[in-house]
Amino acid sequence: MDLSCTPEEEDFRARLRRWLGEVLPKLPAPPAATDWPGRRAYDTAWQRMLYDAGYAGLHWPRDAGGQGATPAQHLIFLEETERAGAPYVGANFVGLLHAGPTLAAEGTAEQRARWLPPILRGEEIWCQGFSEPDAGSDLAALRTRAVRDGDDYVISGAKIWTSHAEVADWCELLVRTDPAAPRHRGISWLAMPMDAPGVTVRPLRTLAGSTEFAEVFLDEVRVPVTHRVGAENDGWRVTMVTLSFERGTAFVGEVVACRRVLGELARAARANGRWDDAVLRRRLGRLSAEFTALWRLTQWNVSEAMRGAARGGQRGSGGVPGAGGSVFKLRYSHARQELYDAAAEVLGAGALDADHAWVADRLSSLSYTIAAGTSQIQQNIVAERILGLPKGR
Amino acid sequence: MDFQLTDEQRALKDGTRELLAGRFGRDRLRAAVEEPAPDRALWRELGAAGFFALRLPERDGGVGLGLPEAVLVLEEAGRALLPGPLVACLLLAGLVDGVATGERIAGLCDGAREPLLWEHPAGCDELILLEGDDGPAGGEADGRAEGAPGRTGGAYRSAPDRVPCAPFASVDPLTPLARVLDLPRTEPVAVDVPRLRREAALLTAAQQLGSAVRTVEMAAGHAREREQFGVPIGSFQAVKQLCAQMLVRAEIARSAVYAASVTESALDITGAKLLADEAAVRNARDCLQVHGGMGFTWEADVHLHLKRAWWHAERWGTAGGAEELLAAGLIA
Repeated sequence: MDLSCTPEEEDFRARLRRWLGEVLPKLPAPPAATDWPGRRAYDTAWQRMLYDAGYAGLHWPRDAGGQGATPAQHLIFLEETERAGAPYVGANFVGLLHAGPTLAAEGTAEQRARWLPPILRGEEIWCQGFSEPDAGSDLAALRTRAVRDGDDYVISGAKIWTSHAEVADWCELLVRTDPAAPRHRGISWLAMPMDAPGVTVRPLRTLAGSTEFAEVFLDEVRVPVTHRVGAENDGWRVTMVTLSFERGTAFVGEVVACRRVLGELARAARANGRWDDAVLRRRLGRLSAEFTALWRLTQWNVSEAMRGAARGGQRGSGGVPGAGGSVFKLRYSHARQELYDAAAEVLGAGALDADHAWVADRLSSLSYTIAAGTSQIQQNIVAERILGLPKGR
Repeated sequence: MDFQLTDEQRALKDGTRELLAGRFGRDRLRAAVEEPAPDRALWRELGAAGFFALRLPERDGGVGLGLPEAVLVLEEAGRALLPGPLVACLLLAGLVDGVATGERIAGLCDGAREPLLWEHPAGCDELILLEGDDGPAGGEADGRAEGAPGRTGGAYRSAPDRVPCAPFASVDPLTPLARVLDLPRTEPVAVDVPRLRREAALLTAAQQLGSAVRTVEMAAGHAREREQFGVPIGSFQAVKQLCAQMLVRAEIARSAVYAASVTESALDITGAKLLADEAAVRNARDCLQVHGGMGFTWEADVHLHLKRAWWHAERWGTAGGAEELLAAGLIA
């Protein structure tokens, strides 16, 4: 058990810190939360800066256009960018964390050459067309149909909770290509251009007042068969690759942010007198142990993935995270909600001001136990895949 | 960074598990419930296997390993519910003659909290008493301000028959307890008391982790086997979700305990103890729930885990003190 960094890793950290110190002061002010085109422009510009500095796709394999960095370096990257207050991955989220890694792992040479570079350069935004109005957590119940017509699939159906749909160029789309097959076997994974005729996006307003996501209606949309990633009807397996990336790595950088926010809460509480409340103080103390442990669990999971990669299990991405990602996601999503509930206690009546950053984060934290597989689904995954409990109803 | 067990650490952990399975199986456990005095023969066997001398330098006849290895060994001891003053003997092996080999048994009494509790009062050949201090959370407060010797409190050694105490019915049938009525400050010993407290807290947390991991296995095993309504109860979501939450608690505690053994930071150890206590106590309760009526019987082992977890949670820093200390760390 070794938590220390190698000289190479420390060198990487030092260079990154220097670069962040140079570029972050030059960044324009972030756009308003409701300004989606502005947010897209801001997020993609940041991605371009990362690309130009050689930090784009840091942990992606080199043959996918990435830097082939070790997972430990990726962890340092997440830690340092958060510590320096760098922008989040934002609108580039699906491309960099889901679609990109999936394309890198499952795409053909042509597909990788077509789609990976624009993701890395911040030129194209992806969204995720997995969930459907009547399927929800039961992803395999999806009904959007794709029928072969010559060299195209003709797609009809509807998707929901599609983040960034308003500004996305591409959609990683799950469709049913064989309605007669058992539900997990008749699904395919397609890359769909969002400007294709028949695609209609209707933004949904979240409880936070924002339009983070949308409904996407598909009316006889034609997508070339060459846009299919993986074999026809093999989309479920491809999807599991995507989801394990999502659960395994998506929230890692946020743990660092939560530790920072926790320190800010403590200082704010001391400034406004709430610190004298022993119940609140102890809650903050407990959360400190919680987020430290979550960071350690991250380091544990990343080290495990590095060993897997060293054994040749996966290429440079460091391996596909397994059910251990569910353990992390379960605990983190609840801890994050507790953090912002504690923030509300620190704020007192100020927690009613929806414009306060902590209040906005409190509202958005409500999605964490739902998005990317609800906590209840994650618990079933842990119980069945790690503890070997029988499948049931 | 390679935050995983090395091959040697894995072998040590597996070897300890095998040793304890062979020497302290279910029959021995249940016999110990009836007769909870430390098993001297087993103690000597553990001593011969290097259990207590784990961290002594090789030149002193020890194994020369570190805190992470001690944590792995005590995790296994906690898993097996091995009774006796294990943490005390592991920490005092270099200080009290005969402890390293398992020939003699030393106890460790923490004066930081009232009442002063002494485990296995009839089973110890010598007792080391740690003086209390005026810190808000016992000795650990000193650990945070490292090298602040003014508030450390002293340590004293004593023959067991010179310590006035009052035995009482311990809730843990495997851990006889007595209240120490007076600290005989006659024979001071030179030890780093804050460090001793930190390490005792971490090694106790390791035992809690082992117990938490074991009760997950017990609950999942039972849920796979036990049938109700014609199906294994583990196929019911309500049961599944209890078991999943247990595993999550154990894994979070594992990350915290292992990391604290590497960093040896007082705050990391405080957080690790907090999370391991929670994992052990709550997992034992959930395990009991999964076992249903059977779980409420003396016959099932579940209550032994819960009662041990309660005892360990009372030692070397409790939840309230730990949370205060961690809160103070946020604004330090």
